[in-house]
Amino acid sequence: MSSPTPTGLLFENIDKRYGGLFALRHVSLQVAPGECVVLAGRNGSGKTTLLRIAARIVRPTAGKLSFPGASSDSASNNRPGYVAHTTMVYDELSAEENLILFGKLQGVPQPVARAQELLKEVGLYERRASLVRTFSRGMRQRIAIARALVHRPSVLLFDEPATGLDPLGISWLAKSLGDVHRSGCTVVMSLHGESEISSLATRAVQLDAGSVVADTNSGASLRSILTFGGA
Amino acid sequence: MSLLSNTTTLLDKELRTEFRSRELLTTTVVFILVVLILFSFAISPTTEESREFGPGLLWLAILFAASLMLQPCFLREQSNDTLSSLRLAVSDPFSIFLAKLIANTLFLLLTEILMLPLFAVFYNIPILPELHYLLLVLFLGSLGISIAGTALSAISAQARMRELLLPLLLLPLLTPVLVVSATVSVSLLDREPVIQWKGIGFLAIFDLVFLTALWLFGEYLLEE
Repeated sequence: MSSPTPTGLLFENIDKRYGGLFALRHVSLQVAPGECVVLAGRNGSGKTTLLRIAARIVRPTAGKLSFPGASSDSASNNRPGYVAHTTMVYDELSAEENLILFGKLQGVPQPVARAQELLKEVGLYERRASLVRTFSRGMRQRIAIARALVHRPSVLLFDEPATGLDPLGISWLAKSLGDVHRSGCTVVMSLHGESEISSLATRAVQLDAGSVVADTNSGASLRSILTFGGA
Repeated sequence: MSLLSNTTTLLDKELRTEFRSRELLTTTVVFILVVLILFSFAISPTTEESREFGPGLLWLAILFAASLMLQPCFLREQSNDTLSSLRLAVSDPFSIFLAKLIANTLFLLLTEILMLPLFAVFYNIPILPELHYLLLVLFLGSLGISIAGTALSAISAQARMRELLLPLLLLPLLTPVLVVSATVSVSLLDREPVIQWKGIGFLAIFDLVFLTALWLFGEYLLEE
């Protein structure tokens, strides 16, 4: 995998309100290029909203988001790769068609070759012509991850990436995430509890009721947040 | 350039998924066919009466069929949150609208072209003499329906009463298009055909105004 330009993330005083309800309140967070940050917290603590703001799918009500280190041109790998709860791919297209579609949209050179390379990486090459609607939950998660990686992003955002994966799938995901992270990619992911995937984390941030309540990169505190913060 | 290439890629996706499932085309064709047949048997009009209200009936059927067709336009992007992945991927969100409205216009036109011979037979109206002008009116009218309908489909897909909202918003908004298209079509299919350029001009301006509004404000319609 080629190395992306090291890019960080900077949230400055981010607020997100849905009607009268605050999903995020004055969140300020700096993620250095190449970091692997885990967001922990209860359901409804604001992890998904923060990731969707970072993916630029949701606009914050107040505050500013920037990507320090990102090149000033409109290169497609300036856009974060995002894996959500849903697959974000088309059920009525094949695995290969989906990856070619998103590759083309993001200006990936040789999208067919890139799609095939990714399908091999995620172990779906043999099923490349099958429609995604025929895939199992684990296979769907693999194609969702491949879609997020298709444009070789410098920032990757994962919202509970292990959802629906069996132990083998989780091991595969941990290895893939490790490879991506080692290639220089900045990774921010939300997780529940400690797992093989959380061992990749270099820092943990705990959210509660839309605010950052803990932020650590020391081993013991990090494990404590991951074990109890995501409860 | 990226607007053009993204639109082409997305249009290819829209056509590929539709021709694979044929859900929208089948629904639209069957709906228009049923309406035309039912009215031709229910009223059994003379040729003169047909020339007078047949085109209006055709446009009414097209409008209702279009509202059926436009409903899933953005709704089907919600099940897997593919709208978010599209927004992440494209540099200009207008390309999402452009691809969808071109696809919707093509589907509507295809349905209309399939239905025109049957309309001519059931209502005993010769359509060949002014076919090129009739096709122009069908194109401009269908484009207007698709532009407004695609925009409203994006709004209604995020609403709670989404199934009801689209027809509620769409039908009043498209009343001028329906009235003008039907009036121009009646004149074209008359025993002594007249081309109402004012009406054709109105349809072209309607399309242009709504397309410009969509280009300017479309991005906000896609926000959560």
